Amino acid sequence: MEPQSQEDVPMIFMIIGMLIYTAPIWMLLGAWIIGKITEKKHYKSIREREAAWVQIPALTGKQVPDLPNAYDSQLVVGSVVVSVDHFKRWLSKFRMIFGGEMKSYASVIDRGRREAILRMKEACPDADMFLNCRLETSTVSNGKGKAVGCAEVIAYGTAVRLHQAAE
Amino acid sequence: MILTNVESIPGHTITEHYGLVQGSTIRAKHVGRDLMAGLKNIVGGELKGYTELMMEARQEATNRMIAQAQELGANAIINVRFTTTSVTQGAAEMLAYGTAVQCQ
Repeated sequence: MEPQSQEDVPMIFMIIGMLIYTAPIWMLLGAWIIGKITEKKHYKSIREREAAWVQIPALTGKQVPDLPNAYDSQLVVGSVVVSVDHFKRWLSKFRMIFGGEMKSYASVIDRGRREAILRMKEACPDADMFLNCRLETSTVSNGKGKAVGCAEVIAYGTAVRLHQAAE
Repeated sequence: MILTNVESIPGHTITEHYGLVQGSTIRAKHVGRDLMAGLKNIVGGELKGYTELMMEARQEATNRMIAQAQELGANAIINVRFTTTSVTQGAAEMLAYGTAVQCQ
C-alpha cells in the first residue's frame, strides 16, 4: 500500500487527459501561428520577385503585336498547389453561417496565383515579353472526408525573345 | 519542337497546318505523398509534393501531344491549351491540346 503512488498516477493521467482533450485547441493555435508566419514570408518573397520582374511585360492579349525582330518563342508553364491552414478552415465554418466574402481564403488563392505567374516568368529568364498569358484554377480535391483539400493554380503563356537580346 | 499558345510563332512563318493534336494523362497521388500533404495541410501554404505531381503529369501530357505531332510530320504546335479535371477523389486528368504546324 503506497498512498503516494496512488496519488501520482491519477495526477499524470489527468494532465495527459487534459492535453489530449485540449489538443484541437493547440492544433488550431499552432496552425494559426505557423500559417501566419509562412504567409508573411511568402508575401515578402513574392513582392521582391515581382519587383525584379516588373520590367518584363506579361500580356493577356491574343493579338500578337507586330514583332519584326522576334528571335524565337516558347511555351512556359508555372503551377502551384495551395491549401488553406487548419485555423482558416475552422474560421470559415462561421463564415458559412453568416455569408459574405471569405477574406482568409482569398489571400491563399491570391498567393498561389502570384506565385504561379512568377514561376511562369522564371521558366524563361531571358524572355523579353510574355504573350497570351492564361490563368486557370482547378480544385485538386475538395477535402471531404479524409482527403486533403487543395487547389491548383496554373499560369501559362508564350515567352518571346527579341533580336537585340539574343545578340 | 516549338510550342506556343498564340496563333502564330513569333520569329517564324507557318507553312502548313496539320490539325488538332492532343495528349492526356490521369494521375493518382500515392500514399506517402498524401500523408505528407495531410501534415502540411494543417499549416497551409504550398503542397510541394502535389505541385511536383501536377507538373510531372503536365509534362507527360505535353510529351504525348508532341509525339502525336511528330507522327504527323510537324515541327511546331501552336495555340496550346491546358485543362485539368478531377476525375475522382485523388486523381486528376491533365489534357494538353493544340494545332500541329510546319514552320520555317
